[in-house]
Amino acid sequence: MPDKDNDTKPNGNRVGLLERVKSGVKEDVQSLKTDIPAKAKEQIDILKDPTRTQVYTSIFRHKHDETPRNRALGVLSNVFLHLHPAKINRDAVRYSYTWGMGGITFYLFIVLTFTGVLLMFYYHPSKVQAFRDVLYLEHDVPFGKLLRNMHRWAAHLMVIAVWLHMFRVFLTGSYKKPREFNWNIGVLLLVFTLLLSFTGYLLPDDQLGFWAVTVGTNMARATPLLGHEGPFGPLLHMTPYNDIRFGLLGGSIVDANALLRSYIWHCIGIPIVASVLMIVHFWRVRKDGGISGPAAVILPGDIKEKK
Amino acid sequence: MDWHQLWSIASAPDNVPIVALIPLLIFYIYLAWKQASANDALLAELETSPALAKTHHRKTWPFRPGWQKEVHVWPFLLRIEFLAAIIVTIVLMVWSITLNAPLEEPSNPNLTMNPAKAPWYFLGLQEMLVYFDPWIAGVVMPTLIIIGLMVIPYIDTNPLGNGYYTWKQRKFAIGTFLFGFIILWVSMIIIGTFIRGPGWQWFWPGQTWDHNRLIYVVNRDLPDLFGITSNLAKGIFGVIVVGGFYAIGGFVAHALFRRYNPKDYRRMSLLQYSIMMLFLLTMVALPIKMLIRLLFHIKYVWITPWFNV
Ligand code: HEM
Repeated sequence: MPDKDNDTKPNGNRVGLLERVKSGVKEDVQSLKTDIPAKAKEQIDILKDPTRTQVYTSIFRHKHDETPRNRALGVLSNVFLHLHPAKINRDAVRYSYTWGMGGITFYLFIVLTFTGVLLMFYYHPSKVQAFRDVLYLEHDVPFGKLLRNMHRWAAHLMVIAVWLHMFRVFLTGSYKKPREFNWNIGVLLLVFTLLLSFTGYLLPDDQLGFWAVTVGTNMARATPLLGHEGPFGPLLHMTPYNDIRFGLLGGSIVDANALLRSYIWHCIGIPIVASVLMIVHFWRVRKDGGISGPAAVILPGDIKEKK
Repeated sequence: MDWHQLWSIASAPDNVPIVALIPLLIFYIYLAWKQASANDALLAELETSPALAKTHHRKTWPFRPGWQKEVHVWPFLLRIEFLAAIIVTIVLMVWSITLNAPLEEPSNPNLTMNPAKAPWYFLGLQEMLVYFDPWIAGVVMPTLIIIGLMVIPYIDTNPLGNGYYTWKQRKFAIGTFLFGFIILWVSMIIIGTFIRGPGWQWFWPGQTWDHNRLIYVVNRDLPDLFGITSNLAKGIFGVIVVGGFYAIGGFVAHALFRRYNPKDYRRMSLLQYSIMMLFLLTMVALPIKMLIRLLFHIKYVWITPWFNV
């Protein structure tokens, strides 16, 4: 760009390097003096309302005020909460209807996953190590005892909660049309909950677990057709070394292989299957029209009987 | 009265859940019963006045025109879920701080535990081992329980009582379920936990466990009572007895069901009806088999070279 006061400068249009640096620095200093306080003020204003920051709006995609629209969006645009519909039957939030047992069961499953993963850091599923690891957890690991206790009691509580959940689903007739299929998913979840508890019982490798599992798996000897002491088992050439009990234990007695199998079923196999079933279960609760009630009572006269 | 014995059973850490289950069950049965009787009263009222039935919102909870039928999940449901999670966490924390998970001696195949008990939630099945061979108690029964639960929605054709507590409209269904769940499942667990001692013998609560107690009971088989000796005759006899139970029992159940549940009876298809009968009779067979063992010391009724029932 041609400079208009070319001739007034001693060196023509060539400004000295030093001078250019000087004026540049002066501008920089000036900008620090004026811009920074201005920006700081702006920044403070923004921080006073963090919901307008880019970080916030990138996470939460809508405002959090008390309009019905935003209350609904708060649930619908969150991957975890959108398990729920935006609105539900006004009476379904009463504790007396669902007893909250399905939700409590699910929460206990989460607690068990959390404490279970922590326990896995300290536990080796081998005959030499298993019992010692539990002792180590009990006596040396910080909060190890609490961790083990919580895992144990949450497991028991989960069994109780599943039963109570099933009981209330039955008593409210919630298995009836259109929820028949979800009841069946539920029955499978019940079985897997019990199996989770049972496979975990052996893991401390103490007398209690050992004999409980021995008693339990001894029944498998007697499986019709597939057990060596079961009806028709011998006819199918079942022996203690090839029957279903052998397959469960990975041997003819409860020993190292049984411990490993228990561990893998307990920590990997069953939790994965159960998780998948829970996803289906929750999906179906929604697809079947949400929680069944409390619904308006039906009079026999409302039903058209076919003749 | 050996309080120490009773206390050592009730306070064994792994038995605490079942000690807790009893009051929980009582509480929830009460809660369900309260709502059921309120609904039943409402139903009775609506049935007597059809005019009211047309306008009533048909719930026992208050409702006024103009009120919203639905509420927002946030905050009305989520706050409850959050609260429930906190309460469960606190309960678990307190429980885990005050009570230690059991840890016995290292496992030892040469040192049998007496009594060797399964975890409490399987004690009902273990209790059944007293009355049935392992293939029935340990394999057939669990399978039947699972299948039986699964068929419930498909054999219960009663459209009433969907989504609310009621007793009046579902007496048969609820009665059967309570029989199965409370009498056959929970009370067997309670017996297995509190009453069975060494050698799986019966010790009343508060009776001291005697590890050397031996009881000689001579159990007989039903065919022997009839002087049947040959294997073939025993097999045929068993088929007749067991088949007879299902035939006669089925007839009685049929007579009762079509009288007292005429609507369900009319609605059910042959398949639904036979499946229901099969499970019903099998369920009833359990206490019958227990009774003939306890009263007449009869072990088997059906003896074959392959299996005994
Ligand atoms: C791991 C086990 C289970 C979990 C985590 C679970 C979770 C849930 C949740 C959160 C609900 C929503 C309503 C409520 O909380 O009551 C539900 C509903 C339901 N559950 Fe489960 N459940 C489990 C096992 C079962 C079992 C054992 C059954 C029955 C045999 C069952 C049958 C049903 C049915 C039919 C519904 C729909 C009820 C309605 O619409 O009122 N579930 N479940």
